[in-house]
Amino acid sequence: MSKTKMTAWVVFAFVIIAFAVSVALKGALVTVGAFLTLFIFSFLYKDNPYYKFAEHLFVGVSAAYWMCMGFWGTMVPNLFGKLYPPMVGGVLPALKDNPAEPFMIIPLILGILLLMRLAPNAGWISRWALAFIVGTTAGLNLVRYLRSDFIQQINNTTFSLYISSAAGFDFGQTMSNIVIFIGVLCGLIYFFFSKEHKGAFGAGARVGIIVLMVTFGASFGYTVMARISLLVGRMQFLFGDWLGMIK
Amino acid sequence: MANNEVQNQSLIEKLQLIDRRIIFVFIACAVVIPLLVGATMEEETTPIVQAFFDYVENLPEDSRVLLSFDYGPTTAPEIQPMADAIVRHCAERKCKLYMMAVWATGHNLTGETIVNVLNPEFPDYKYGEEYVNLGYKAGNQGLIRLLLVDFKRMYSTDAAGTAIDSIPMMENINNLKNFDLIVSFGGGFPGIKEWVLYAGDPGNVPVGGGCTAVSAPLLYPYYPNQLIGLLGGAKGAAEYENALITAYPQYENKRMAGMSLMVSQTVSHMVIIFFIIFGNVLYFLHRSKQKANGIEGGQS
Repeated sequence: MSKTKMTAWVVFAFVIIAFAVSVALKGALVTVGAFLTLFIFSFLYKDNPYYKFAEHLFVGVSAAYWMCMGFWGTMVPNLFGKLYPPMVGGVLPALKDNPAEPFMIIPLILGILLLMRLAPNAGWISRWALAFIVGTTAGLNLVRYLRSDFIQQINNTTFSLYISSAAGFDFGQTMSNIVIFIGVLCGLIYFFFSKEHKGAFGAGARVGIIVLMVTFGASFGYTVMARISLLVGRMQFLFGDWLGMIK
Repeated sequence: MANNEVQNQSLIEKLQLIDRRIIFVFIACAVVIPLLVGATMEEETTPIVQAFFDYVENLPEDSRVLLSFDYGPTTAPEIQPMADAIVRHCAERKCKLYMMAVWATGHNLTGETIVNVLNPEFPDYKYGEEYVNLGYKAGNQGLIRLLLVDFKRMYSTDAAGTAIDSIPMMENINNLKNFDLIVSFGGGFPGIKEWVLYAGDPGNVPVGGGCTAVSAPLLYPYYPNQLIGLLGGAKGAAEYENALITAYPQYENKRMAGMSLMVSQTVSHMVIIFFIIFGNVLYFLHRSKQKANGIEGGQS
């Protein structure tokens, strides 16, 4: 037996023993969570079978969870429970006496058409249902994005550049508004390519680049904060729930 | 002299190629040590969080607050403290809490808040009269759009399968316009943005949010006209907890999840900043040495 194989078997034996001890001391649920966390963390050292196992398990469990939640939370009460209420009487007695809604046959048919994608020779039929989804989503989004993300955002940037309150001139709010106004204006200038970026226009574009860089920096900072929060969450679980070292 | 320079240069090169796993160890220590010590850190509440807090604080008794848990376990360490703090605050204000989720994973996390916060800290809160768990429904923004028109069309039962019409607090709920405040916890899709676009703006319903730090910069432009306030990441949670403790001193001795995150956050950020400065200093030292030795480009 090669040295690498021997090491792998030793590590495997250690994991099994540690798992058994942990189950005995802390219970199965916490132990499984803790070991899966450690398996994922092991990728920081290098790629390994334990990481692969945890990764694949996560993908599989997530997919199954979403499917089950979608089925029992939406399809059963909102499709079958409306199409033929007595059908769901066993699991949702509250709905069994509701009147049937025959029009719910339309989403059922569209759903079946979508599943035709699984049939090699009839996959093209799923495009009809997909076209319906794309069309309705595009129509819904077009109106709402135009109103809330375009017109309303212009409105949000339209404000006074001189703010005064009962206490007098509000320097902080005035500066904040000026920075937003200049930032939006210069950002727009940077993305205006129909005129050469020269002279005063070019200076505006350069300020626009600075604004964009500050934005990217802030986004990166926030991303770091988010990732550290997740790490803290896992560490709280490992050292608190599992090892009991955090009071 | 020349020998010395070669030795110095090789040390800089070695440090530039430092194993990333050493940095991981530093970050791990920066995160774990403050947790083991049990340090917490107060955060000064910023105007965007204070505005949210003030809005909830000024809600009259029995106001209807819709809480949408639009996140999963992967972002729970950031979002759960926000959800817990806002639920505490709403319960202190004696609001009626309607809990739902547009994320399947949010359904279980709603239960976490009910079990860990609402039930032990507010035992007088009765299910069906003061709070209800409506559970998850699929449909993303389509679901929100439908709820704006007809709430009970999608929610014919609560999460436990009880008929919606038999729940007393659902009596006068017909659509989203019947709520005094909508709060979305999340930041992904669907999340706060969809609540603003498909419920807040068209229905003229106040919307507040608590989001992951990653998505916070994309949501700030909606404040203050389209969002009453926003809690961005763990810092936002800690700020809200600070405002809560200031207004309700009974929470002073309670361990707040958001605040306990912030010491680890601060220390690990300092470590990251140190490594960024350290890496840049090494880079410029290396480049100046190369220039001194007549090598152009400055890249190793």
